[in-house]
Amino acid sequence: MTSTTTTPQSTTTAVALAGVTKVYGRGANAVLALDGVSLDVAPGEFVCLVGASGCGKSTLLNLVAGLDRPSGGQIGLAGGANPGLMFQEPALFPWLTVEANVEVPLKLRGLPRAERRERVAELLRTVHLGEFGRKRPHELSGGMRQRVALARTLALDTPVLLMDEPFGALDAMTRDILHDELERIWSERKLSVLFVTHNVREAARLADRIILLSSRPGRIIYSAEVDIPRPRRIDSPEVAAIAAEVTERLRTEVGRHGQ
Amino acid sequence: MASDTLTSSTRTDAQISGLDALEIAGRDKEVSRGARIWAGTWPKLAALAIAIAAWQLVVWSGWKPPYSLPGPLEVGRELVGQAQGPQLWEGLLTTLRRAAVGYVFSVAVGLLLGLAVARSTVLRAAIGSMITALQTMPSIAWFPLAILLFELSEKAIFFVVVLGAAPSIANGVISGVDYVPPLLLRAGRNLGARGLNLYRYVIAPAALPAIVAGLKQGWAFSWRSLMAGELIVVGISQTSLGAQLTYSRELSDAPWLLSTMIVILVLGLVVDAAFGAADKAIRRRWGVLDQAGQ
Repeated sequence: MTSTTTTPQSTTTAVALAGVTKVYGRGANAVLALDGVSLDVAPGEFVCLVGASGCGKSTLLNLVAGLDRPSGGQIGLAGGANPGLMFQEPALFPWLTVEANVEVPLKLRGLPRAERRERVAELLRTVHLGEFGRKRPHELSGGMRQRVALARTLALDTPVLLMDEPFGALDAMTRDILHDELERIWSERKLSVLFVTHNVREAARLADRIILLSSRPGRIIYSAEVDIPRPRRIDSPEVAAIAAEVTERLRTEVGRHGQ
Repeated sequence: MASDTLTSSTRTDAQISGLDALEIAGRDKEVSRGARIWAGTWPKLAALAIAIAAWQLVVWSGWKPPYSLPGPLEVGRELVGQAQGPQLWEGLLTTLRRAAVGYVFSVAVGLLLGLAVARSTVLRAAIGSMITALQTMPSIAWFPLAILLFELSEKAIFFVVVLGAAPSIANGVISGVDYVPPLLLRAGRNLGARGLNLYRYVIAPAALPAIVAGLKQGWAFSWRSLMAGELIVVGISQTSLGAQLTYSRELSDAPWLLSTMIVILVLGLVVDAAFGAADKAIRRRWGVLDQAGQ
């Protein structure tokens, strides 16, 4: 098996996955987590990956983020970009203030102090946390922490954002607000987003395209464009209709494993 | 794809700041500094008073003759007297110098050893469990060997102090590195911290609480080893606190013996309090301090 990371041929692709396979373990214990996943994310496109447990959604994001290597297939990122990755947990560094957390990627890129300070202030304003820079993560609410994590990821100045159920642990109201925030930032910065969720409504609220993965092994079994005009509301009938359709397919897929 | 105007942004702004204000309201508790210090101090003072009263009661009961168990007043007078002479201070200085040299060396050995074992699977398999085994060895059991190797000298004490303290410190480093949350490592790597930078930005600060705990335990071990060593390895020209304990026993000078013990106890308490303060400061920064309890 071979695996390579290349720059996509065309300029119309931000992330290109071609026949990506991931096997965990060896011999009789080997588990096929992803089986030949091919997927292109266009620049500025918002793609939601939906699937039941064990569909390898998180595995896929880890591979694209370069935190793990595929067993086979190719992963390409436009301009060799280093994508930003967000998790369900904010994963903030508890020993640093909010400002210092956002500053870490800037420091690691060797930006001078004055520029770092300016960028941190700008990023915190972007996520509406301009006044909270001096706080520590534990002093903030869950939604605020996740916004700090978003600011820290944006500090990477990357065109590609990978999100692994980032709002899964938040209450409904906070999640609604963060959907609005993410949508605004995504459109302002022309980001390409690959967003993993098991919440079908969330996918219908956010995505340009919803992709459904099967479980064990993870394969793409369904893909649908969502052409509801933005701004959308999560409780609108159009979003509900799309969600119902995807849920139906998800149920069929889950039911297949019960037989 | 990206449409021009999204959700009415002013409304969202108001909602966000409203929600933020609601969610973090009431988290800051203001207690005056004086009240906090007093709340922490009075139970200690009360316990001390009760201990001294109990001591006095035992003396008054006549359980032991006053020449083997003097009362607190007599010991206090002796302590004041000792504090005015040079002997106590010379002893204190000798003991503290040995403690500092031994401890600093132990910290260097422990940190390097811990880091090496935490990084290398081969080293871990080879000596990982040996470090823990060393820790279970009572330090006093090392002295016969130390005296054979180095005779009745400061080197023998130094040897045992380092053997007592370094394994604890190494173990602190190992468990600190082992228990760095994998999520933080992934986040760090994604933010661009690789190799040495991952250690600098993620692993070292994340391991700090466990390292401080190891340092604290290492101090306790080295302090005990040192006292045991000073009791056994007497006869070196310098008069340490341990040697003074031995002399006072040989001279049956009970007030001197007890006042020296009090000095040793207080010294131990002071260093322990310093470690406690460092530990608390770290936990406060990390937000893991139980707020109700403080």
